[in-house]
Formats: sequence, structure tokens, C-alpha cells
Amino acid sequence: MSIKQKDLALKPHVGWTGAFRAAFPRTLPVLTGYAFLGMAFGILMRTKGYGPLWSGLMSALAFGGSIQYAAVALLTTAFDPLQALLLSLMVNARHLFYGIAMLQKYRGAGRLKPALIFLLTDETFSVNCAAPVLPGVKPAQFYFAASVLDYLYWVLASIAGGFLGGVLPFDTTGIDFALTALFVVIWLEQLKQRENRIPAAVGACCSAACLWLFGAESFIIPSMVAIMALLLALAKPLGGSMEGSAKEESSCT
Amino acid sequence: MYLTPWQTFVMILALAAGTLLTRALPFVLFPENRRPPAAVYYLGRVLPPAVMGLLVVYCLKAVRFTATPYGLPELISILVVCLLHAAKHNTLLSIVGGTVCYMLLEQRFFV
Repeated sequence: MSIKQKDLALKPHVGWTGAFRAAFPRTLPVLTGYAFLGMAFGILMRTKGYGPLWSGLMSALAFGGSIQYAAVALLTTAFDPLQALLLSLMVNARHLFYGIAMLQKYRGAGRLKPALIFLLTDETFSVNCAAPVLPGVKPAQFYFAASVLDYLYWVLASIAGGFLGGVLPFDTTGIDFALTALFVVIWLEQLKQRENRIPAAVGACCSAACLWLFGAESFIIPSMVAIMALLLALAKPLGGSMEGSAKEESSCT
Repeated sequence: MYLTPWQTFVMILALAAGTLLTRALPFVLFPENRRPPAAVYYLGRVLPPAVMGLLVVYCLKAVRFTATPYGLPELISILVVCLLHAAKHNTLLSIVGGTVCYMLLEQRFFV
């Protein structure tokens, strides 16, 4: 993820040129990931009968990888926008934390701030957390450049996937497992930190129990309620980290 | 398409509203130098791992473990993802490896 400072410092550029030149190499890992997952999303949408227009529109408006994958399943069952909204709020709840971490960095971004907030994904968050200090480039310009580049990668990849889905020369059966794999990997990443293990187990166990109790069609909302309730009930035992909030705030440097 | 175009559009707007709300809320609630309460930190911290657990289960909701192939393609592929990730710590490699494994199992071995 780390690009050596000297590579970027060879040719100092100022203003927007400098911002995009500095941001591009730092977003390359995101480009790689988004190209595959965005195209897989477009292909998956295509296999459910939703073409590149729909995958592009969803990526452009509901820009947020995990929820878009989860939404494909919602688009293939009964029309239920409330469930979509609730699932979106739950899946995207992690953005609250990113937002809190970026409160300081995004201050004073002025006209760019709404865009920065709208474009704040997991990946953009990490890139902007590690933003370099560049002479002649305002920090907000770098944040904006990285955010927009990541956004374009994702939207264009999902449109491309929508086009490719119909003409791919190989059998795409099972490509939607990319979604399961993505969540398993992120889950594993979360497990690396000891304090995440109980919440991770709470999420998996509540969901599995609710799936068993309520069935595949209607277990999501009960799962969400159970997870929230149990996590709030566990706030005291897990809450050692509540005092550690100041530490977490400064971890993004 | 399973839904009508209008229904699909409304679904996309609902998803977009959820995404936008979660992204904008901290900035709306804490505009100045105000320090967020501890509960916000708490939920922001514990929900990501919990939600990922939910999502893994969500992906497996249609799998029937009581009939052939007993969810074996899914379980084997998840194992491949875990082993690859433990060995190489490369997110993309783990995802690609697990997906290719699953596609092979589904298309060749458990047809």
C-alpha cells in the first residue's frame, strides 16, 4: 500500500495536477481490487437480468461495495425497500466510524466536503488516512482526487462487468462466491484484532440462530435487532475500548 | 429482472439513502470541535466485525446442509479462502483463489 515518498517527489506538481498525480499511485491497490470486484458485481447483476445501466446506476448512487453485493439478492426477491434501507444502514454502519475518524481531516474542505463524505469508502478511508503532505497541494485536493479516482474505478468496472457479463467466453456459474470470499476475508481481517473477536462471533452466531429460527426469507431484520441488542448489552464487558476512543482517534495518522 | 424498472430504481434509492446517511451522520452530528460520545465510538468499533459475521451467514442462507452436496462447495471454498489468507495475507489473492475454487467445484465436481 505504501508508495515511496521519493517517487512522488521527483516532479513536484501543484494544485489539482499535483493532487491527482500524487493520488493515482496511491490508489493503485484500490484500482486492482475494485476492477475485479466491480466487474464481478456487474457480471453478477447481469446474471440476474440487470444490465450495465443498472449496475452502473447502483454503483453511482449507492456507492458502497458490500451493500451492493448484498442488494443483488434483494433485487431477486419481493419488493421491499424498507428492508433494503435497514440492511444498507446496518452494513454501512462502519462508515460512522470512518466519518468520526475523518471529522478533523475533512474540516475546512469547503465545497469539496459533501463529495468527500459521499465518496468515503473503506478503501478511500485508508488511502486518505495515509495521505502525504505535498508542497503546493491542499490536503482537501488530495483527498478529493483519491476519492474521485476510487469512485471512477468502481463505477466503470461495474459498467464494464455489465457489458462483459453477456459475452464472456467462459461459464460464470459461481462467480457470486466472490462476495462470500470478500466478506470472509474482511471478517478474518477483523479477527486479527483481539477486541473484535467477540463482536465478530456475536454477528455470526446471532445471524446463524436467526436463520435457523426465522428461515432464509425473513432472518435479516431479526438478526440485526439481535446483534444490536446483544452488542449494547455487552457494552460494559467490551467497553474497555470505550475509554480507548482517544487512542483510536489518533490511530489514523 | 425480477422487479419492474421503477421498483428497482426505488430499491437503489433506498440503498443509496442508507449509504449516504451512515456516511453523512457523523459530520452532521459533530460539525465543530465537538467530541462524539463514547457510545458512538463503541458501536462504530464493534459493528464492523459483527456485520461481517452477518454477511457471511447471509451469503450462505440458501445453502442446504442436509442434502447433497451438503454445502461442501461452499465449505471447501471458504476453507481455501482462510488458508490462502493465513498464508499470504493478500486480500485480492484470497478472494480470487476462493472464487476460482468455488467455480471449479460448482462447474466440474458437483454438477
